[in-house]
Amino acid sequence: MLTNIISISLGAILINNFIFSQFLGCCPFLGCSSKVDTATGMGLAVVFVMGLASAICWVVDTYILVPLGLAFLETLAFILVIAALVQFVEMFLKKSVPSLYSALGIYLPLITTNCAVLGVVLLNVQNHYSFIESVVYGITGGIGFMLAIVLFASVRERIQFSDYPECFEGFPICLVSAGLLALAFMGFSGMSVFG
Amino acid sequence: MNIKKQFKEGLITNNPVLVQLIGMCATMAITTTLFNGVGMGLSVLIILTCCNVVVSALRKIIPNEIRLAIFVVIIAGFVTIVDLLLQAFIPALSESLGVFIPLIVVNCIIIGRAEAFCQKNTVGASFFDGIFQGLGYTCVLIIMCVVREFLGSGRFGGGLIDIANGFRFTLDGTGGGIQIFPADYGASILNLPFGGFLTLGTLIAVMQYALKKSAKKKELAEKEAAEAAEKEVEE
Repeated sequence: MLTNIISISLGAILINNFIFSQFLGCCPFLGCSSKVDTATGMGLAVVFVMGLASAICWVVDTYILVPLGLAFLETLAFILVIAALVQFVEMFLKKSVPSLYSALGIYLPLITTNCAVLGVVLLNVQNHYSFIESVVYGITGGIGFMLAIVLFASVRERIQFSDYPECFEGFPICLVSAGLLALAFMGFSGMSVFG
Repeated sequence: MNIKKQFKEGLITNNPVLVQLIGMCATMAITTTLFNGVGMGLSVLIILTCCNVVVSALRKIIPNEIRLAIFVVIIAGFVTIVDLLLQAFIPALSESLGVFIPLIVVNCIIIGRAEAFCQKNTVGASFFDGIFQGLGYTCVLIIMCVVREFLGSGRFGGGLIDIANGFRFTLDGTGGGIQIFPADYGASILNLPFGGFLTLGTLIAVMQYALKKSAKKKELAEKEAAEAAEKEVEE
């Protein structure tokens, strides 16, 4: 059980990093990574929402959709759960932790359309994870996302001062440097955890 | 009418991936074989066109405050339909695209077009917008696939084209493609995630270069025309 959890977490954070090897959540990864501060905020919000969404969607899938034979509605049900969850978290933070709420700002509602969140929930179902495994996969997947976005934001802050062809200005140079980071993360891919 | 203009916008000047810079996750993830690229592009084209038509038909009924939730439900409905159809009729494609088919729900292209175009335009215009934007997306996917496959493994049309028993198209993903040079000489790094980032980055850079150049040309032509007009006035 424990080894299983450790192997899921290491896999989600390093070996099969959500951004660098599965390409989930690239839009916010490229959109919100111009400063380290906002990247950290976004990363924290994603960890939180991915963990919660994994838990709730597992319950919805196992106790509502599957018994009723509605498994084909998974995509529809999950995106609604995620949208409602994000809205709820937003309201809750606004009332009880206003400092975190203002730090996250616009990024919180944008998480609804982050494909890492919907992706982790769908992968949980595909891999037949148990409740605990789903939550662990959600949280560690979020941590992997956060690691990636914070690392990339620090790289981007330096790109501003470097010299590159004019036509690569803006997005292209970011994509190329993200590719180099992905290449670095490839180094983990040979690792196998506990067989 | 302005169908021509819409065509040009969707494919070039307002291309969803290369100019609007949206919907990039799937673009980088699945463009490893032509089979995947064409399949994904056409799925998005169909879903986008259907959603555009429905959203623009309902644009006067949908309350403004909850429009995004309604868009998402409409999109998720069509995505589920396409997902189930693919599972039933082209299982190989469904298997190889995996989680990226249901993830079309959160593909920014579709919700972006619903928000930016269909809300303000007629059903007909939205229909063509869906087709042309979808075509623009498909073209980018195809270019990415062709480049990555050719440089990565020296092949063209992997999964889609079968030349073992004469030239034919396959829908079960078994076609070996046309081997142009031996796979051992390919830069297999392009088949890795790194290749996705690099190819898309370069493609966008080329696009930026071309758009800038054509804008400059236009500016120059306008300047010349203005100078000529001035000269005429002087004379």
